[in-house]
Amino acid sequence: MARALLRRFRAAPWGVGLVLLAPLVIAACSGDPYPQSTLHPTSDTGRAIDALYRQIFWWAVAVFVVVQTALIVTIIRFRNRPGAAEAKQIHGNTAVEIAWTLAPAAILVAIAIPTIKTIFQVAGDAPSGAVQIEVIGHQWWWEYRYPELGVVTANELHLPQGRPVALAISSADVIHSFWAPKLSGKRDAMPGRITRLVFTPDSVGTYLGQCAEFCGPSHANMRLRVMVDTPQAFDAWVAHQTAAPVAVDSAQAMILAGEAAFKKIRDPANHSCIVCHTMAGVSGGVAGPNLSHVGSRTTIASGLLPNDSAGVARWLRDPVAEKPGSLMPKIDLTDDEIAALVAYLQSRN
Amino acid sequence: MATTAMPHSETAVPTAPAGLWSWVTTTDHKRIGILYGVTAFFFFLVGGLEALVIRLQLGAPGNTLVSAEFYNQLFTMHGTTMVFLAIMPLSAAFFNFIIPLQIGARDVAFPRLNAFSYWVFLLGGLFMNASFFVGPLLGSDALSVAPNGGWFGYANLTSTQYSPGPNIDFWVLGLQILGIASLAAGFNFITTIINLRAPGMKLMRMPVFTWMSFVTQFLIVTAFPVITIGLVFLMFDRVFGTNFYRVSAGGDVLLWQHLFWLFGHPEVYILILPAMGIVSEVLPTFSRKPLFGYAVVVYSGVLIGVVGWGVWAHHMFSTGLGPIADSVFSASTMLIAVPTGVKIFNWIATMWGGRITFAAPMLFAIGFISLFVIGGLSGVMHSSPPADLQQTDTYFVVAHFHYVLFGGAIFGLFAGMYYWWPKIFGHTLREGLGKLHFWLMFIGMNLTFFPMHFSGLLGMPRRIYTYGPELGVDTFNLISTVGALLTGVALLVFLANVIASRRGAAPGANPWNAPTLEWATDSPPPVYNFSVIPTVHAANPLWGKDRMDPAVLPATPPAPIHVPGGSIWPLCTALGIIIMAIGAVMHHHVALSLGTALFGAAVTVVGIYKWAFEPFEV
Amino acid sequence: MSHAAVAHHTSTGLDSRKIAFWTFIGSECLLFGSLIATYLVYQGRSVSGPTTHEILNIPLTSLSTFDLLMSSLCMVLALAAVQRGDRVWARVWLGMTAFLGAIFLGFQVYEFQHFVHEGLGFTTNLFGSTFFTLTGFHGAHVFVGVLWLLTLLARSFQGKLGPEKALNVEIAGLYWHFVDVVWIVIFTVVYLIQTTPLPTA
Repeated sequence: MARALLRRFRAAPWGVGLVLLAPLVIAACSGDPYPQSTLHPTSDTGRAIDALYRQIFWWAVAVFVVVQTALIVTIIRFRNRPGAAEAKQIHGNTAVEIAWTLAPAAILVAIAIPTIKTIFQVAGDAPSGAVQIEVIGHQWWWEYRYPELGVVTANELHLPQGRPVALAISSADVIHSFWAPKLSGKRDAMPGRITRLVFTPDSVGTYLGQCAEFCGPSHANMRLRVMVDTPQAFDAWVAHQTAAPVAVDSAQAMILAGEAAFKKIRDPANHSCIVCHTMAGVSGGVAGPNLSHVGSRTTIASGLLPNDSAGVARWLRDPVAEKPGSLMPKIDLTDDEIAALVAYLQSRN
Repeated sequence: MATTAMPHSETAVPTAPAGLWSWVTTTDHKRIGILYGVTAFFFFLVGGLEALVIRLQLGAPGNTLVSAEFYNQLFTMHGTTMVFLAIMPLSAAFFNFIIPLQIGARDVAFPRLNAFSYWVFLLGGLFMNASFFVGPLLGSDALSVAPNGGWFGYANLTSTQYSPGPNIDFWVLGLQILGIASLAAGFNFITTIINLRAPGMKLMRMPVFTWMSFVTQFLIVTAFPVITIGLVFLMFDRVFGTNFYRVSAGGDVLLWQHLFWLFGHPEVYILILPAMGIVSEVLPTFSRKPLFGYAVVVYSGVLIGVVGWGVWAHHMFSTGLGPIADSVFSASTMLIAVPTGVKIFNWIATMWGGRITFAAPMLFAIGFISLFVIGGLSGVMHSSPPADLQQTDTYFVVAHFHYVLFGGAIFGLFAGMYYWWPKIFGHTLREGLGKLHFWLMFIGMNLTFFPMHFSGLLGMPRRIYTYGPELGVDTFNLISTVGALLTGVALLVFLANVIASRRGAAPGANPWNAPTLEWATDSPPPVYNFSVIPTVHAANPLWGKDRMDPAVLPATPPAPIHVPGGSIWPLCTALGIIIMAIGAVMHHHVALSLGTALFGAAVTVVGIYKWAFEPFEV
Repeated sequence: MSHAAVAHHTSTGLDSRKIAFWTFIGSECLLFGSLIATYLVYQGRSVSGPTTHEILNIPLTSLSTFDLLMSSLCMVLALAAVQRGDRVWARVWLGMTAFLGAIFLGFQVYEFQHFVHEGLGFTTNLFGSTFFTLTGFHGAHVFVGVLWLLTLLARSFQGKLGPEKALNVEIAGLYWHFVDVVWIVIFTVVYLIQTTPLPTA
């Protein structure tokens, strides 16, 4: 009796599924507990993908229910028990074979048609007037260049709400993948090639993402953020990013000290920040992110740490510990040097 | 000369030789099958241990159980081990033991080549896993220089520029060695199945396990050469500085992906078809009726093998192939779901109208159907490129392939273990422990992998050593970790069963009253398999009115049977190959490397010549 | 009596070794197919260094191709001689096949070191990498074939290559002809059909 019940409840996956759906449903109604979810898109492309996915999902659920039910009913009904009929020595049935070949094929056609439609819809060229952005993956941070607007920044991508965006994606080293789930599916970033993503974000907000192609020790740490601003806020941001660097006030000793440290941290010279980073008016290094307006970002180290004194200090103290394999070396900075650098970097708005 | 080979017997009733040396030199497919099974199961446990550590690391966000570098080695070796050192050789264990018996042959076509495949597999697996311990010998600060580029080793992360240590070298060389083993076995089994069938054993009377294995061998001999070349290119880039994947020279990183997946997709059918064959044997036996739609199931298997060559780029939907390529591969991928679904319906129809007993093999076979359907459905979701752009490279696809490979292949292989254990070892595994093993594994497997559908769709990418709490996937990961531990317990139950059942009662030739030829022999079979080669008149030669004749095999052979002796030369040749690989992995010490490689080549050549010219009769 | 080729009953009536060897050749087709496909994909994409037009010597390679074709003829004659038990001519033709194979290898060695001298090395550019890998793999196969033939020749001199061993020679012949066919494809694809645009003067 217990065994028959157990078998009847070949529902373990079903039960688990229901149990797990509950928090999802509850959570969906309260704040954003799933900031990287693929299920709540906020762009035209994202919505097209989601709509297609939901269609396929429900077909899959239907097939799942039919097949698992058939399986369960069969094993219960034809289980061996006293008085059970002898097994019928059937070898096959052509009509049945045809039926259950055509039925799945028909379902697949029903999935294929919207699939191909969506493929072409999502793959279209960027409409004129789209914001052109080059996304370049590095081990382990994201570089963004807005060629028409003259902006170069890192890790936090700003986009205007309601305007199409055309991303031209590539890599400076190994294969990465740009993925901001709430805005679009992912697109690989490859050296020597340019891939493209086109979408129009429709909601203001901050959306999380991260690299989705294994790219070495700190693949897990290669995060990104996309800030969708109102058109006015976006224009303001662009103006800000292209503005001249904030002059260092000679009265602010800390920031001055920080600037000096930025330019030269003891010997050997290759440990100076200027070797790897671009700081408008100061240096033109390209191995690391452009820091000209780093103070205006909300996070640093590709989204790993908050961009506040504590976060920046932690990063400067030991980048390799925060990001295994980091190309930014650990330099034995004194606490004073760190404080000065923090002040300087935070001032670079 | 004649003394180098083991003396062969032409007495009236040959018996299997005893002693360690007889195992080292064995050319008997049954012994080679056992060797494959034991070795593969050991590697399965190694891969499982790697999985457990992975799950423990991911059980909580921001965990620091293992370093990022070691984690990357763990998931690389977990995938590589499970695919090449566990599932494939576990299937090979059954190819070896069961196929000759099912077709009514005394052995495979090339017994020494068979032994060679096993030794190359064993030594190749040991070579690759040695990388965990030999770091200092190769100039590394770390103990472990295990492969760390993922089981798929994408260029150009695997170049010397971005992977400077010997880790990737171990991976490339290890896979090449394992490829040799698989190819040799492929030639052997194709020839065996084509050429050594008993009288009346037409192709369309062969058991489905033999048929699916037959298709698998064709996939092996056509797919492995492609990855061989891809790996050769990678090795040449790393050792000599060629330009195959060098972007600055105009090389294309996508070349690697195409070559890898042209192999990689047929490879997943190599992994699943034998298990599907096993299920196709177990279901009829325990339903007491023949397989529904035998011909359709066979043709579906062939179709899956053939169409499986046309879907490879569905692993590359995020690389921007373009809408036309995306559409073509989407269509071919959906197409392949049809024969797969047809098989599932035929399996259910086999049970329909039957009289089902739920012995352990049957539980695993039914579990296979249930779990494989889930994996197949998530696979259909992946077949749609736009949807796949949100699913690929996330835990959603990790869920998909674990459902088909664990819920599918592994459950199918366990069904085979419980089914054929009495035939192979002369005693049955205990039924109670078997059921416990099944339920723990079924629940554990679902607990581990079902939540991954959610964590994937909620934005958790794969191949990450840690994740932040802000994603909201902590609970799903914790449940997966608990499930993994439960699965580990299930495996311990299996091991306990193996030990506890050793003194079980002799089961007789056909304890399950099954219909195929292997059940006509004793359990375990005598060294010569069949006292007389029976003549077959229909599929299921032990059932129904068209039985084989003689209907019962004589207890002792009426005529002298020649049983070939053993040979040491397959092992010798295999050793030579491994020595060459050891030389190659030391390529930074040019003189030592060259010397070792040349020595290995000499050992290989000597092995081949001795093998070719020793007196050996099948 | 120790003989490896006993006439066992087989389902097809064919010797198992022949079937196995054809399967092997099938897989070799995929091996060389992958090499040739890569060569074609990378054609014309070298960023620097010599390319096909500047360096390939068709007249010379036509000679080596002819040499290899003639070696296949010798192989056919060798098999016929073994099958009719003609020890003398079996040795002559086996020896000729191996000799012509060695000549071919000589041509390859000459060509390779000439190319290196002209600035095309293994690592120079895409053409160098694909060309040398493809033709190098082929040359390695020829080398193995020559060793195989010399081994058969030695067996013949030991009196162990009678008509009952004809299958061994036939299989060696299958291998040799396959290697020859692969060369025809390489010669056609690499040397004769050069689709790279001619460099501007």
